[in-house]
Amino acid sequence: MTLLGVRNLRVHFPTEEGLVKAVNTVDLEMKGREKLGLIGETGCGKTVLGMCIMRLLQPNTEVAGEIWYKGRDLLRLSEGEMRKVRGREIAMILQNPATSLNPVLRVGEQIAEAIRLHQGLDKRTAWARAVEELEAVKIASAEERAKEYPHQFSGGMQERAMIAMGLACDPALIIADEPTKGLDVKIKMQVVRLLKEVVREKAMLFITHDLGAAAEICDRIAVMYAGEIVECAETSEIFRNPLHPYTQGFLNSLPNRGLKPIPGVSPSLIDIPSGCRFHQRCDCATEICEEEHSEMVEVKEGHFVRCFLFGEKDA
Amino acid sequence: MADFVSQFRENRTALVGAAVILLLVLVAIFAPQLAPHNPIKASLGDRLSAPSEKYPLGTDHLGRCVLSRLLYGARISLAVGVVVVGVAAAVGVALGIISGFYGGVLDEIIMRLVDAMLAFPSIFLALAIAGTLGPGLGNVMIAIIVVEWTRYARVMRGSILSVKENYYVEAARALGASDFYVVTQHILPNAIAPIIVVATLGMAPVILAATSLSFLGLGVQPPTPEWGMMLNDGRLFMRRAPHLTTFPGVAIMITILAFNLLGDGLRDALDPRARTEKELR
Amino acid sequence: MLNYILKRIILLAPILLLVSLITFSILYIIPGDPAETILTGPGGAADPKAVEEFRVKMGLDRPLHIQYLKWLNNVLHGNFGYSYMTEQPVLDPILPAFRATLKLAVASMILSLLISIPVGIISAIKQYSLIDNLSMTGALLGVSMPNFWQGLLLILLFAVYLGWFPVAGYGENGDFEHLVLPAITLGTSSAAITTRLMRSSMLETIRQDYIQAARAKGLSERVVIGKHALKNALIPVVTVAGLNFGYLLDGSVVVETIFAWPGIGKLMVGSIYMRDYPMIQGCILFVALVYVAVNLVVDILYTFLDPRIRYETKAKAK
Ligand SMILES: Nc1ncnc2c1ncn2[C@@H]1O[C@H](COP(=O)(O)OP(=O)(O)O)[C@@H](O)[C@H]1O
Ligand SMILES: [Mg+2]
Repeated sequence: MTLLGVRNLRVHFPTEEGLVKAVNTVDLEMKGREKLGLIGETGCGKTVLGMCIMRLLQPNTEVAGEIWYKGRDLLRLSEGEMRKVRGREIAMILQNPATSLNPVLRVGEQIAEAIRLHQGLDKRTAWARAVEELEAVKIASAEERAKEYPHQFSGGMQERAMIAMGLACDPALIIADEPTKGLDVKIKMQVVRLLKEVVREKAMLFITHDLGAAAEICDRIAVMYAGEIVECAETSEIFRNPLHPYTQGFLNSLPNRGLKPIPGVSPSLIDIPSGCRFHQRCDCATEICEEEHSEMVEVKEGHFVRCFLFGEKDA
Repeated sequence: MADFVSQFRENRTALVGAAVILLLVLVAIFAPQLAPHNPIKASLGDRLSAPSEKYPLGTDHLGRCVLSRLLYGARISLAVGVVVVGVAAAVGVALGIISGFYGGVLDEIIMRLVDAMLAFPSIFLALAIAGTLGPGLGNVMIAIIVVEWTRYARVMRGSILSVKENYYVEAARALGASDFYVVTQHILPNAIAPIIVVATLGMAPVILAATSLSFLGLGVQPPTPEWGMMLNDGRLFMRRAPHLTTFPGVAIMITILAFNLLGDGLRDALDPRARTEKELR
Repeated sequence: MLNYILKRIILLAPILLLVSLITFSILYIIPGDPAETILTGPGGAADPKAVEEFRVKMGLDRPLHIQYLKWLNNVLHGNFGYSYMTEQPVLDPILPAFRATLKLAVASMILSLLISIPVGIISAIKQYSLIDNLSMTGALLGVSMPNFWQGLLLILLFAVYLGWFPVAGYGENGDFEHLVLPAITLGTSSAAITTRLMRSSMLETIRQDYIQAARAKGLSERVVIGKHALKNALIPVVTVAGLNFGYLLDGSVVVETIFAWPGIGKLMVGSIYMRDYPMIQGCILFVALVYVAVNLVVDILYTFLDPRIRYETKAKAK
């Protein structure tokens, strides 16, 4: 059963320098309790995609396509209806907890306010639930910690608080944006283990740089490059049998696989190269790659790739 | 595109400010040619007359032409602004250099003095000084200089502290350059831009303070025309001659507005931090 | 916390000493001999014998540093000197005058905040809209409009033509109808500054990540702005509250003079006309002390508003 279906999504930002085409014809499909990893270099549009699902992009953003969630197209909901989806149906754990927690409000209050809003609890009960949420993300002496302010928390605790905030109203889908970024290895492992545990009954779109964490948590992985999905397959398949040259390059750039960076830089999202977006950096590029844009091809069951090396070249 | 538009817009307001200031300067210079009447010649037959063909902005309680007095008044206000800002900046820059360059006890003394000056509301202090020195334009200017130099000292000290660490200053000193040489060749050129911004922004408060003190009767003495004093003279005849309460105020406001516009524009253009903040939006 | 306050007060000591020195020296910038200047009436030179007597009576015959120490000692004991005119302690008129000034300043401050906070917020969340452009133009005009002129225009319109409010005066005890026009004069010019500050602070705040995070929880825009953004955006406004108070004190000089409001500004201007130097000295010292105290209080309040600073100082105190 499909929980979230993103169809043909495009997100463009009009800016002074030109139209930033941050997300282009993205299709994603997530089932009830599926954990989908979204990986790709910085600036490829992962956060924009997540924020677009939450409909939190600035008003002048040009958005086209459909985002189906439980049978409704989120892009067509009124702002009031969308507010009931945020936090209660879909929660987003924003990247960078240090700046995503309000510095002048107590951590407990920042969790409790969502509970009061969505579950209509009174102040005291909501606070008690907020403390429970902090306990659930394994924050010691949660009762006292709830009364503290974000800057009194360590980085790992801030991330846990963000997770607690996301879980507070028991949403069906969590969008976690780089929750392990900037944490040291030991804390990172704890957060990954915690996430895995708390989202067992939920679906999660796990945006990350960290393939290790993705492998640990996700059922499937989608690889994003310059605003589009270039490959998508089950986790084990992606690691065993990466097909797209970008995916291969990305895997090879990881520390445990030789730390070989992909030559060149990501293209500007304003002047997107013609043909395959990756052709300038690709060793296997042929003439057609410079001129034409490949469709997503299902190479084998459940393994999709957007590359002329696979599928019909005369597309 | 929007950036270009907004920049153009900012430049445009700053340009308007600069143009108005230029106009005021021309008015001040050519006041004798522009003024239809002698600004200090009383004409008791024409007392308190409303604007008319003969007196475009009416006359005051002694029958003097308000327009002519306003035109001449531009001389006083602009001269006071330039002289006070100039002297205050010179004093402040000098003390700021000493403070920033030599540090130590001198720095401590100068900075505590700055703090102490800032412990007084500035108009109150200027008023106390000008009032004690006695009426007169010179005394008003001294009083305002005494309260105004601190902003230049702080800015100068700040720039010096940031420039001082630069390698070329160290290098120049290592090569045995004299303090004077280092300050004039390396430090001043780098610190001058912020001082210019502060000085431009400092014109409005200086002119405002000077007209306020004149309004209170402390500045130039009659019959010399000055805008603040004209307002004060006029307020006794508010009912019969409301033009006396209006026109000098308009003149003051236009002048201050022009300096504010130019100062804001310069600050935005020269302060990289303010600029990036704009870009981020 | 207590430590922090104590430290602040100790740091103030050298500044207060300098403030007292500056205040004291005001008496010595009188052109010529103070006693002679004071006793020289419009009629001509003063009687030398009277001058000598006056000098002894006022202690002006002693060496400067003795005079300063004696004066400082008196000040520390609450004696700010005696008026040359009435020969009464200068504090006698200063205290009630300050009460009147405070009343005006507080009314102006309230008016200023009532205008600047909502207008600043709306301007920021509707940046570059018509309402933003209008209020920013208004603020620019307000910043550029001298208090004394604005006061006169208000009198002209609301007192002379419309007759809604008295032209000037204090009434029985700073009555409301007497307070309105001077408070509008001072309050709107302070609002012009504060509105610009509120707007830029709000603009800065609403692009922070925690504002998006608040929206992501499903909070309404009213709560996002009114709770999450406002609390942060107000911090800079509180930071400059001390400066703002100084600005109101400064403005009170002309405004009180125009509206015949018997505050400390008017008292000061009056003593200048009367050449009552100890009164000038007393006024300026009193105002400076109040201003320093207000700034200290604002600093302390500020630590309560911003938990980052509050806990930092607590941690340091430990
Ligand atoms: N509000 C915006 N206006 C213009 N460009 C934006 C905006 N938000 C994001 N972008 C651009 O979209 C691209 C994708 O950004 P993002 O989704 O944050 O990348 P990441 O994959 O690292 O999360 C970046 O090039 C970024 O500069
Ligand atoms: Mg991101």
